[in-house]
Amino acid sequence: MHAILTLIVNGDRRDVGIPEHYTLLEALRYGLGLTGSKQGCDKGDCGACTVLLDGEPVLSCLTPAWEAEGRAVTTVEGLAEPGRLNPLQEAFQVTGGAQCGFCTPGILMSAWALLQRNPAPTREEIRAALAGNLCRCTGYTKILDAVELAAEMLAAPTRARRGGEGGQAAAPAGAVRSPDPAVAAAAPGSGSGRDTAEGLAGEAAAPAVAGGEP
Amino acid sequence: MRPEELRGRQAAGAVPPEELDRLVQREFAVIGARLRRVDGVAKVTGRAVYTDDLTFPGMLHGKILRSPHPHARIVSIDASEALALPGVHAVVTGRDMPVPYGIIPWTRDEYPLCVDRVRYIGDGVAAVAAVDEETANRALGLIRVEYEPLHAFLEPEEALDPPAGAEPIHAPTKPGRNGNVTKHVHLEFGDVDAELAASDVVVEGEYFFEGTTHTAIEPHCAIGYYDPTGKLTVWSATQVPHYLQRELARVLDLDVARVRVVQPAVGGAFGGKSEPFDLEFCVAKLAMATGRPVKILYTREEVFYAHRGRHPMKMRHRLGASADGRLRAVDAQTLIDGGAYASFGLVTTYYSGQLLTAPYRFGSYRFDSTRVYTNKPACGPKRGHGSVQPRFALEVQLDKLAERLGVDPIELRRRNFLGADTRTINELRVQSNGFLMCLEAVERASGWKERFRRLPYGRGLGVAGSCYISGTNYPIYPNAMPQSAAQIQLERSGRVTVFTGASEIGQGSDSVPAYIVAEELGVPLDYVRVVSADTDLVPVDLGAYSSRETLMMGNAVLDAARKLRKRVVASMARVWEIPPERVALVGGWALDRTDPERRVPISEAFNIAEAEHGALGATGSYDTPKDVHGAYRGGTIGASPAYSFTAHVAEVEVEPETGVVRVERIWVAHDCGRALNPVLVEGQIEGSTYMGFAEALMEAQVFKGPEQGRAGLHNAPSLLDYRIPTSVDTPELHALIVESVDPEGPYGAKEAGEGPLHSSIPAIANAIFDAVGVRLDALPFSPPAVWRALQDPAARARWEATHGARRAEVAAD
Repeated sequence: MHAILTLIVNGDRRDVGIPEHYTLLEALRYGLGLTGSKQGCDKGDCGACTVLLDGEPVLSCLTPAWEAEGRAVTTVEGLAEPGRLNPLQEAFQVTGGAQCGFCTPGILMSAWALLQRNPAPTREEIRAALAGNLCRCTGYTKILDAVELAAEMLAAPTRARRGGEGGQAAAPAGAVRSPDPAVAAAAPGSGSGRDTAEGLAGEAAAPAVAGGEP
Repeated sequence: MRPEELRGRQAAGAVPPEELDRLVQREFAVIGARLRRVDGVAKVTGRAVYTDDLTFPGMLHGKILRSPHPHARIVSIDASEALALPGVHAVVTGRDMPVPYGIIPWTRDEYPLCVDRVRYIGDGVAAVAAVDEETANRALGLIRVEYEPLHAFLEPEEALDPPAGAEPIHAPTKPGRNGNVTKHVHLEFGDVDAELAASDVVVEGEYFFEGTTHTAIEPHCAIGYYDPTGKLTVWSATQVPHYLQRELARVLDLDVARVRVVQPAVGGAFGGKSEPFDLEFCVAKLAMATGRPVKILYTREEVFYAHRGRHPMKMRHRLGASADGRLRAVDAQTLIDGGAYASFGLVTTYYSGQLLTAPYRFGSYRFDSTRVYTNKPACGPKRGHGSVQPRFALEVQLDKLAERLGVDPIELRRRNFLGADTRTINELRVQSNGFLMCLEAVERASGWKERFRRLPYGRGLGVAGSCYISGTNYPIYPNAMPQSAAQIQLERSGRVTVFTGASEIGQGSDSVPAYIVAEELGVPLDYVRVVSADTDLVPVDLGAYSSRETLMMGNAVLDAARKLRKRVVASMARVWEIPPERVALVGGWALDRTDPERRVPISEAFNIAEAEHGALGATGSYDTPKDVHGAYRGGTIGASPAYSFTAHVAEVEVEPETGVVRVERIWVAHDCGRALNPVLVEGQIEGSTYMGFAEALMEAQVFKGPEQGRAGLHNAPSLLDYRIPTSVDTPELHALIVESVDPEGPYGAKEAGEGPLHSSIPAIANAIFDAVGVRLDALPFSPPAVWRALQDPAARARWEATHGARRAEVAAD
């Protein structure tokens, strides 16, 4: 049996005809072609399918699609602003918070929900908010760094932050070079150099780094 | 056009002219900077396309029927009812693809679908293509398979010594041999027995490393399409497109030139996608049968059967040392539980011994490793293939030796340092070696000298070291061609396209070529496009395994880039009438080093060069050194162009009442030769260290025994039950980069993706000893295991003794 559901997806009112038993994840991926939300386990264990339902993070693989009828659904495709990344996405770019990128959409949604309700979370609060999103690549360090950076960018988009320590562990002598601002200029949108909120705000409008995308 | 007329026309994104003077003085303009990934925007916006994100018109969905028996003969398969179900387009069985395959050419022992025998619960028996997943699943239930169960071997000891009348899991390769043995390796360097006898101290121990698996968050997925001209295309979440292309052609009896493998974005791999899997053959065969695109996406449960994760190993180690702590002998005996098929097992068996011989100098060394088949999912390579398990044993042995001798464990490791520009006892050539710098870095960062053996009961620090290969000198199938090739094309706008066969699996192999090209050709980073891992478009690279991409693909790209650079530089030197050494290509400009006012935008330099030389493109390649290994059988296995080195210090807190171990933080220093982009290197170090921590404390891939009913059934095939750490469980990780600059690597770079996993585990084991005086010689260090160890009445006294000794030593100072 099929049904036609109305969802408000990333601000658009969408009618979608799907089998009645579909989950919200299936409705998004198969019904609407929004493949940014991922299926990692299909049983609520990994969090890769996390989307916002009326602003609250939910596991879309465990949410029957009909439960979202008439409600606002935000997916990773709805995070960026026209022509520029959202500061949280920007921060992931800077810290290297995405490696394989498969858990990233879900993590972005959980983190974005956190920042909406708590604009200045502690590292422990960030850890707790992301506890339902498994990442297998990063060891979480650079994800936590990214959410912290995003919070700072959102709070003070033009104030420079973090002088020398760069948010990373201290390095042994002679091992880590100090990044050169000239290189940052050589690579627009590359985010090299110190990750200052000021630099990022200016950079966000720069063209995205291209290449390597399928 | 005269050069001065070009002055001032700046390329978009070029370095402002006033910065150029300083940039030209630097050794590197791009290499070593904290840069972004080239695929980052796609990944943070949900636009990166993974295999399961692809759909094609008319696409069918496939499903695989799996064996409910751990070991059984297939008597008959009747698929007629399934085929009659409306919506079912095809059913294939093992008899449709009766050619055995295997990643190692000498051990091809599995079929895309089982032909006459199943060897583990989950082994593929038949595959269906239908209009949708629901129909395909229904069809699986209509396939009638008659099995005749056989004796199932679940423990490696039993497989090694089978009961009379029990059929081995595979037919013996030679008459009289035990068909349950994949490989046995025995190698000895020096006289181990004599050295042990002459040692002042001998430390003996038995260690167990439980099996673990990769659990990349993306499940395996493949799509096949066979077009009317007879060309097969397979899109797959693989990390070895080239090997997959070869095996598809061989097994399906197709011209390899008519097989195209495309690797879309891959959502994590860690070795778990480094050989062909049943779904890739099945989508191809079903596509050939139906003329329609066919997709198979493993369920998460199927991923646990497909597995190919870390082998369980039972290890018996003896270590002999002189009174000053020098290692006179290491003797290692290992029994490896391989599961149902060989996979990479031949290599695993060698690696379990061959890769233990650095970063310490052994006076003599012997290892005896045996891999046996069991009726469980096949094991294969997981991050740190084959050497993570023995590294755990050796590094705990060293900690025990330090304790016996009353020597600081970091000092003990320094005393046994292998050195640089040397050979290991098994004749592996080591050039750069930053291990001492690694030790020093973690010693300082952790406050080791002030805190080791001085923390209160329940808290402790532990150290361990390790080494790993940066790719292997010999490819999986013998051939004399380069291991990696690249092609670069320059466009008149200044844009550069790099074509590489390297497999991006999250480690950054799509980004590394862009950094190298931006460095060599002086273009802004976002002028570089990278096209990778599509066998129709790119030259061959052997894939993302054994930590080979940065070194091998990097060298191939560097080779091509330097050829092009030479042409552009020659043209500008001619125009400016200066020696070529004075021409710099940097920051979006070509300029005269001694007079940076004399410059043109890089696109103009390319135009001038194209006018002189014709179209600008170049190929490059890299092949490994072939003459740097021992002349004994197996001496080539473990030989690598360059070795990375790592040291870990872990800080733990142990709750004696519950056995709960909390790892508070881990400092990890890794010698990656040179960090081409420190952000990516740190990411690899942190991810590896996390994965080691996860195996140390939580992960266990276990199967039900006969007493639990369904013998051989996976005990926890889900991401909830197979416990991997969340953001709350994972400690703070402090990645410290050490650069030793290896002569073989691009700009000196070595691997960073696997080495930093190894010593994570023994560092935690050794920290638990420092905290509470008990040794954990079996993984994982779960609360029950730690609690049981703590019931030893002597444990507290041992802790008092070690800590008292240290206090006395400090008082004497």
